[in-house]
Formats: sequence, C-alpha cells, structure tokens
Amino acid sequence: MTSEAKTHAIDISSMQRDDRQLNLDDEQITLQVKDLRLSYGDKEALHGIDMDIPKNRVTAFIGPSGCGKSTLLRCFNRMNDLVDGCSISGELLLDGDNIYDRTVNVADLRRRVGMVFQKPNPFPKSIYENVAYGLRIQGINKKRVIDETVEWALRSAALWDEVKDRLHESALGMSGGQQQRLVIARTVAVKPEVLLLDEPASALDPISTLKIEELIHELKKDFTIVIVTHNMQQAARVSDYTAFMYMGDLIEFGATDALFTNPEKKQTEDYITGRYG
Amino acid sequence: MELEKDSYSTHISQQFNEELEQIRTQMLTMGGIVERQVSDAVEALLNGDVELAEQSRRIDQQTNEMELLIDEQCTTTIARRQPAASDLRLIVSISRAVSDLERIGDEATRICKMAIELADNGANQRGFQEVRHIGNLVRDMVKEVLTAFARNDLEMAYSVAKQDRSVDQEYRTAMRSLVTYMMEDARAISNVLNVIWALRSLERIGDHARNLAEHLIYQVSGTDVRHQSLKQIKQTVREEADNSSDDEG
Repeated sequence: MTSEAKTHAIDISSMQRDDRQLNLDDEQITLQVKDLRLSYGDKEALHGIDMDIPKNRVTAFIGPSGCGKSTLLRCFNRMNDLVDGCSISGELLLDGDNIYDRTVNVADLRRRVGMVFQKPNPFPKSIYENVAYGLRIQGINKKRVIDETVEWALRSAALWDEVKDRLHESALGMSGGQQQRLVIARTVAVKPEVLLLDEPASALDPISTLKIEELIHELKKDFTIVIVTHNMQQAARVSDYTAFMYMGDLIEFGATDALFTNPEKKQTEDYITGRYG
Repeated sequence: MELEKDSYSTHISQQFNEELEQIRTQMLTMGGIVERQVSDAVEALLNGDVELAEQSRRIDQQTNEMELLIDEQCTTTIARRQPAASDLRLIVSISRAVSDLERIGDEATRICKMAIELADNGANQRGFQEVRHIGNLVRDMVKEVLTAFARNDLEMAYSVAKQDRSVDQEYRTAMRSLVTYMMEDARAISNVLNVIWALRSLERIGDHARNLAEHLIYQVSGTDVRHQSLKQIKQTVREEADNSSDDEG
C-alpha cells in the first residue's frame, strides 16, 4: 500500500520557485553598510543606515523623492565626494574593505563599482569606442583583447545583434533605449563587481524599459546590482530584495516577494499601496 | 501589517478607493443574498414550502451573475492598478470568497430541490430535527463570517472555522442515526436519502464558510491558513492581534 502510494505521489518540488525562499541570512554579502551617516552642510540626509547588499542579486531602493535613496546609492562608489560640503561617517565595506579608507584609490573603486544614470550619457564617439574607452584608460591596447571585450560587453548588454554592422558609427545616432544599453555595456566592459543603476529606465519607453529589465535579470549572474527606481512595479519585477527608505532612514529591507505582498511596517504598506503617509 | 478599519479609503487615488470599496460592498451584498438562500432553503425543506423553494432556486441565477461580475472587477482592478500588499490581498481574498459564496448558493439550491421532492412525496419528518439543528448552525456560520468580513474581525473568523468542526460532528451523528433508520424501515429509504443529501449540502456550506474565514485571515494577516489545523489558525490570529496592538502602542 505504501509503495503504491509512493508511485502515485506527484513530485511538486519543481513547482516551487527558488527565489520564493530568499533569505538575507543565506546570502553572500558584497556590500556592508554600517551606521552610515551623510550630511550636506548642516543637513543630515542619511541618519545611520545599516544594511547588507547580497552578491549576485538585484537590490532595489524605493521611496519618495528626497528620501535619500540616490544619496545612498552614490555612497557606494563615492560619487558624493564630488559634492561640496558633504561629510560622511560610518563604514561602507566592499568585500570586507572600507571604501572610505584613506588608502583607497577612488578611480579603482569606480572601476569595481560601476554606475549608470537616468539619462543615457554616451560619449560623442563611435559605438565601439564608447565600450573600448574604459579598457584603454586601464592601459589595455591590444586590438584583439579590445575587440573581444567590446563584443562580449555588447552581447552582455543585449545590444550586439542590433549594432554589430555599425560599430563605427556615432553612438549619438542610437535610440534612447539603445544608448542606455550601450552605457551599460561600457560599464560592464571593465568587469566591475557591482553595478549601480540610478533610475536607468525612467527616460525610456515601455518596450525599451522591458529590455533593460530583462538585461538586469541576465546581468545579475555576473554582477551584484543595486537599482534606484521610482517605479514600484519595476522594483517588484526586477529585484530580489527591496529596501524602502523614508526621510533618510531605512524603514524596511527584505525579500521583494514578502515586501510587496505583506510588508511589516505601516509606512512601507502606505507607500507601496499609494496611501497618505 | 494589519489593516485599519477604514483603510480602503485612504489612497491618494480617490478612484482606486471607490473601486476597492465597490468590490467589497458588492461581495458583502452577494453574501447577504447567499445567506438568505441558505435560510430560505432550510425553511422550505422544514415547512414543505414548495413556493419558497422555487423562489430561492431562481435567486441562485443572480448569485451566479454576481460571481462573474465581481470576479471581472477584481481582474480589471489588478490590470489597471497593479495593487500591492493589503490591496492585493483584499482583491485575491474577495475573488476567492465570491467563488465560495457562489458554491454555497449552489448547495442551497440543491437543498431546495430536495425540499420540493420531499414535499411532493408527502414525507414523514424523519431527519428534520437534524436538518433544523445543523441548518441553524451553518446559517449562523455564514452570517458570522460575513460580519467578520465587514469588520475585518479575525477572532470572529476563527470562531467560524472552529464551528465547522461541530457541524462535521453533528453531521456524522445524524448520518449514523439516519442510516440506522433506513435499515429499520426500507420504505423510508428514498425520502431519508433526500434528507441525507440536504444534510450533506449543509455540511458543505459549513466547509465553504470555513474557507471564507480562511480567506479573511489571509486578507488581513497575510498568512495563508488554508489546509492548516485549527491550532495553527488560532496561532496566526493571535500573532496578528499581538502585532496590531504593538503598532497601536
């Protein structure tokens, strides 16, 4: 009877999605934020943020304008160093090393932590030269190596088939969505560990947006991705983990599935369901 | 994250508020009609009231239409609004609830059919006491679970889930005595079978009322308690009560 029952039992394990079980405790951590405070002059914009960004996952930052999500993102490759009157305390560890340590070479850090902005910003050069640029800066001059890397980067950015016959035409002749994917190709060409995306699709039409989202999904195999987005559905679609920020505080951080179906904090609930704060 | 009582009206989009409120109101209206179907069916059977049974059967078409209508509104709202968190759970829960309500309507209709047959046969009243007793129990369950929905009251939902167990028990006892009766008097078999079918439908209505309670618990607490034991359901309800009192404090 028992063996008969066994043969008739249906194996449902394949129906269970792996990412349903996501838990930060099981993740390898790429970036660790410890009591990070940031002020612009007298005004404190981040009030002591603690969070761990998991490796090879997509982490989305959501929150209303001015909540500090872009500010926090910029801390990850020290873009805030360029802002006058900006002071930072606390620690930000990339693979265990504090990126705000005096000995850190910022140019090298930005190679390891690449960034893509809201508006595509290709250089006024050919498609090929845009992607090859970072490699040349690194002192790589061998044509064969550059050719291979450009192709790899353009393929990674799902752009190769569209541009392979016009690699030497100006990048400025491409559509907005193509330009944004080109910028992503340029960023991944130098093989960073972390990709920071600041509203990467907000200036794009819905189809280009979906292409970028699909690309993000592909890229997380090789990179740790952090994305800031105003579009909550986009965060829900592309991310594995979501952080909700409000007025410089991290309110809630957890698996995206849980956060979008049953958030723990009322502020998160109000924000993602479009209620008054 | 527990909902506040009036939380369906606090969206920035007034139109979204109205859509959710409308779906909720319509579901409760449908619930009211179904509740009436159940009590009419039981009355019709006990009093041999064929007229009432026929009337109740006609109402079932209305329940079927309401199911389709509310379900369509749920689908449209998902497509247009991409609801999240408690809004999403509200819509999922209502979409499940209307399907259970519709099936309660179907069971009530089945009881009406038995009522008509019993009346036509000029039945003796064997088993009627059980029908009255179990009928009262399940009618109260349906009524209470709808009140629980209207108030987002999880304690009440839990109490409905608990009552389903007594209904199941009463049903088994009734079955035993009716089977014994059929063995004693073979001429009564056909009538008693009709009563058994009616009791079976009442027992199923109890199951659907419990399902409704489970949908509400999911809607409010975010924990899916389907296929869980009463003990687990109680645990979920208690945790939710603790969480919400923490939020208030």
